[in-house]
Formats: sequence, structure tokens, C-alpha cells
Amino acid sequence: MKVAYWPGCVSRGFTPELHGSMAKVAPLLDIELVELDRACCTGAGVIAEHNQELADTLNARTFALAQQVPGAELMMNICSTCQGAQSECQERLDANAEYRAHVNETLSGEGLTYEKGLTNKNFLWLLVEEIGLDRLSSLIKTPLTNLKVGPFYGCYIVRPRARLGIGQEHPRDHYLHMVIETLGGTVIDYAGMRKCCGFPIITMNKQASLKQAGRHLGDAMDADADCLVTPCPLCHLNLDLQQPLAERVVGRDLQMPVLHLPQLVGLALGLDPKELGMNRHVVRPTSVIDWSTSVVGAAA
Amino acid sequence: MSETHDRPPESFTLRLRRYNPESGDAPYWEEHTVELEPHRSVLEGILQARDKYDGSIGIRCSCRQAICGSCGIRVNGEPSLACHTHLDEAKRTASDGVIEIEPMGNMPVLKDLIVDMDAVHWKKIQRVTPWLLAKQPVPEREYIVPRESMVDVTQTMACIQCGACVSDCLAMEVDPGFVGPAALAKAYRFVGDPRDDQQFERLNDLAQDPHGLFDCTHCFKCVEACPKDVNPMGQIMRLRRVATGDYHIVDRNNGERHEAAFTTLVKDHGLLWEAELLPRSYGGNSWFGKFSPHAGKELLSSLPAILKALMRGKVTPAGALKPHKIPKGDLKSVQSIYEKIEGRPERYELNLYISGQDEEPAPAEAPDLLAAAAGSGDPPGAPENPEESVSQ
Repeated sequence: MKVAYWPGCVSRGFTPELHGSMAKVAPLLDIELVELDRACCTGAGVIAEHNQELADTLNARTFALAQQVPGAELMMNICSTCQGAQSECQERLDANAEYRAHVNETLSGEGLTYEKGLTNKNFLWLLVEEIGLDRLSSLIKTPLTNLKVGPFYGCYIVRPRARLGIGQEHPRDHYLHMVIETLGGTVIDYAGMRKCCGFPIITMNKQASLKQAGRHLGDAMDADADCLVTPCPLCHLNLDLQQPLAERVVGRDLQMPVLHLPQLVGLALGLDPKELGMNRHVVRPTSVIDWSTSVVGAAA
Repeated sequence: MSETHDRPPESFTLRLRRYNPESGDAPYWEEHTVELEPHRSVLEGILQARDKYDGSIGIRCSCRQAICGSCGIRVNGEPSLACHTHLDEAKRTASDGVIEIEPMGNMPVLKDLIVDMDAVHWKKIQRVTPWLLAKQPVPEREYIVPRESMVDVTQTMACIQCGACVSDCLAMEVDPGFVGPAALAKAYRFVGDPRDDQQFERLNDLAQDPHGLFDCTHCFKCVEACPKDVNPMGQIMRLRRVATGDYHIVDRNNGERHEAAFTTLVKDHGLLWEAELLPRSYGGNSWFGKFSPHAGKELLSSLPAILKALMRGKVTPAGALKPHKIPKGDLKSVQSIYEKIEGRPERYELNLYISGQDEEPAPAEAPDLLAAAAGSGDPPGAPENPEESVSQ
């Protein structure tokens, strides 16, 4: 399937391995990525905090660009924070014709118009709803047997439920569980899996921010997880990049590898950890998990 | 009567968390099975268990119709009003078919499902001076204010003080000093009130407090928890907008600098430049921000993480020093959007709580709701004669 692809800023900045691993995994899943390289940052909620209309208009521009991609079935992102910020803007734009017309008026100088009703899905949602778990299962080359994976959802992709279309029909707040199981791994439930990683307040209250990250990592360790997986690069920054600092705040050794979702999928599809950029993590998955026994060729 | 109300009574098993701090015993779980029609509330289930099996079960309740806010508890781990949660729905969301009932979080338990609202919730509400500090002189008769400005604060006035948002606030979980969602929503009640005389003082106080306006982690827990759609996080964001945008308050918690740096970097490059965002958030919103002593100290403390990232090739020095950008023509378009919107005389907000969902082209009355939150300013398509819209 062809998608208008919004990679976000951080996947091309401080977590380049996310963008890279998505590019490697997409062809294996038969996803054609048409990158929205003309689009700007979603604002991550911060621009909306500054000026709501500005955030709505910048995102409407991105939506309009996505709607111009010929043959694209929908728009896809690989960042929960982008998903959350864009869904909030889209909710307002789709709810009120007058407001939408007003925002489109600002875009008219560039000849762009946002038409109500864009489908914008995070890779996690696309994986379950468009590709399907049966198809995903049929593509597995190396099941993640014996790998105990803690899902880390974060906030932006699970709340608020109504805005994000979460319900009985689409239990999107359980999709990481379903994907881990499909890939052959063991799901590890722990207290912090749908809590905040702390990243949004890292510059405002560093202590509280790192305490959040450290607690969740510690909870996952106590639950005996080998690694975490997250659909959000900002969560990844606080959980992986900042892990050495989080260790100091919570006063314990953590050493918990955190994988991006496309990396976990890529492993099961037979890609090499290095190819997926896992050597770029601060807590190297390869130094903590013995992949030769945990993943590759283990008995079912 | 709807179909669901005709269904006969069914069995529901409740797993209650019992705790009496005065007993000296540890908390324990206890199961009771009650018989009720599925549309009945979890509160009715708890009360039946109390009547039938154990008169000592502690629960606070009063109105039984989601108005008084007394019966806040956690049902299957989620903050809820016991009287506002149907038994069948609670059974459906239970992990093992047994409805799990606990007291709210972030507040000490007095007994069973009763938490100490005074120790946390009410103390925090008091913290924000929850009354009108009236402009002087007080008019002899009533204040005359624009209708829109009062419509704007109705969302926060819908709060029933149940404490559900406080219960699950993730910032409060790691920083118990955080003023919190309920109290900050209450603060907007007065900051947004045109009769109040101390809006700057209120905002400045909360912005400078290390546990105040900028301590919210934007996790949407309170938005989800609120049974009255108060959207406490949304009110916190509005407080921030007014503090930084209207009163230009520069706080000591880097809140204003972070917002300014983020917004400016996206304007200058189209994409976020993370390596520049952090030093500017600490040292000020310019390229020179990183050379301020405040930024230097902060960067030094982050050195272990920075060095690790460099070592791993996660971040390259060249990559950190050079922003990634969108094409020139597109950047120009983005900048013209910034200029147009930031050049408006008033900020422009759409609050769906007030405007509602509108499938069709807006009726005559809808447009003035667009600008309701901003207080004034002419929204697009606003009727020339406002009386016309009122008459509808």
C-alpha cells in the first residue's frame, strides 16, 4: 500500500535509527512510503500551547500536502507525539466548517486546501488495521521466541480515547500487546506502560521528568522484561538517551534496552540488529540481550 | 424506556480494596457478589454489598446522579464516579470479569474507598485563591461584561470537585507538590473572568512556582478522567497561553523560554532542531542562549547522556550543529503562516466544548463562539449585527 509518510522531526534528528529502521521494514511489509518532505513540525503540543490557530494551520498544511499525494491511501506517522498533536488539530478542523474555511483561507496563498476527513495512522495502527496481524504473522522469519517485551505506549497514542478512536472495535490501547504476541514474543505487563515518560517537562522539572522515566524502567525490570518497545521517539529520548541520568535520580542500575516499534518488527522479519540501528542506542540492546539465544533460532 | 433498562437482574462480582489505617492491618481485597439490573451503577452495587454482607464498607456518596462529586473511586484501575459507571460496562472492562474497585490515587486513604480530600485536593484548590478578587470600585449594581467572556469560563465552572483528575495526575505521582489539574482549572476560572483584578498576579505566581503552571506533563490523564468534560489540561494550556502571550511572563522554570524557543526554531527551520532547543530553553531564545551560565550548568549536568549519544553515533557533532530544514519555498510558506496568524490583533481559539461539533456550514450564532476564548476579536463570518444571532 502507498502512504503519505510523515516521519516527524526527532526521527530525523536525535533518533535517526527510527527513520532508518522504518525505511528498512516498509518494503518487507509492502508499504510504499512517500515522504512528506515539504511539511513542517507538528508543534508537539507546544506550538498549540503558544497559539492554537497557528498549530492548527501548520498541521492543516501538512494534511493538505498528504491529500495531494497521488494514490496514497492514507497518511502514516511513526511518532505518537505527532499523532496526538495532529489528531487534536484535526478534531477541531473536522468539527467546524467555518473554522476549517478560515484555516484554509490562510493556506490559500500556497494553493493548498484541507478537505475534512483525512485518515492519519501511526505505524502501530496501520500494522494492525491495514496490514493485519495474520499477514504480519505470515511474514515472520525469526519469531521473537523467549524475548520478554514490555510495551511502552506513552500518552499521546492512548489518550484521550474518543479523539484517538479507541474503543471496542479498535482497541488501539492494546495494539502493542497484540503485535508483540504476533511476533512471537512474550508480553510483560508493568505499572508504567501507559504512563508519561516525563519528556515534556525535561526542561521545566528535570527531577520529576527523570523520576518518571526511571520508575517505568525499574518497574519493567522488576517485571522481568528483557526490553521495552515504544511507538514514540520522544519517549525513547527519555527512556534511552536519558537513562544514565534517570538511573541517578531513582538510585538504581537500570540497563533496560528500549526498541522503536519498526526495530522490533524488523527483527522478526529477519533483519539484523545492526541494520536496524540498534547499535546507536545509549543502552545497547545487543549488550544486554543475547540475541543469539533470545531471538534467533530459539526453540519454540 | 430503553432496551437496556428492561434487562433482568444479573450477578456482578465486586473486588473491593479494604483498608482501615486505624486497625493496624494491611490493606486486603474482598469479593462480594450482588444482584442488580445491568444498567445500575457501580455505586448501587457497592451499597448493596454493604447492606447485604458487610456494613463496615466505607464509601462516600450523596446525590447518586453525578452532580455532587462525592463518590470518586477507581473502577478497574480508571478514575470514575461510582454513580456514573454502569455495572455492565464495568464488567466488560474488567480483566477477569470481576469489577475491581479501589480508592482514588494520589490521596491518603481514610478508610476503604474514602480518601482524604482535605489533605490534597482542597489544599491545592485553596492554593490558587479560588475566589474573585474584584476590580475596584465594585459597581453599585451588577458588573456588565461581554457574554462571550463568561461563556469562556463555563467549562471550568462545570467542575464538581470529585478529585478524579487529581487521583490520576501523573505529574503529581512523581511530584506531590504539583498544584495539579483541578486547582489549575479553577485558576483559569478567575484568570478568564473579566471582573477579576489580579490576573497578572495569579499567573505570575503560578508560573514562577516550580510545582505550578509548567509542571504539567501533558499526559491527558485528567482529560480522560474528568466526568464533566472540564478538560483540565486544556485549561492549563490556556493559562500558559495567557501568561506567556498576553502578560509576557518569563518564569524561572524555563516554561516561557521553552515555548518561545520551540516556536521560533520551527519558524526558522520548519523542523525542530533538538540540539538547539535545550540550551535555548535554559539560556534564552537566541543562538547565544547556549553561552549563558544557566545553560552551561545544565549542559554540564547532561554531559553523561550527551557523551554517550556522541559515542554511539546517535548524534554527530555536525548533525547537532546543523539544523535539518524543509525546502526554501516551503519554509517561506510556513513563515508567512506564522506572520499572518501572529499578526492578528487577538489570538483565535476554537473550543469544541462550547461550539460543539458542526457538520454543516455554521449557523449564524456559531461564529462568535470561535473567538469566545480569546475574549474578543472579529471571527470570520461573524454577523454584522450581533443581535441577530442572539435572537436565534
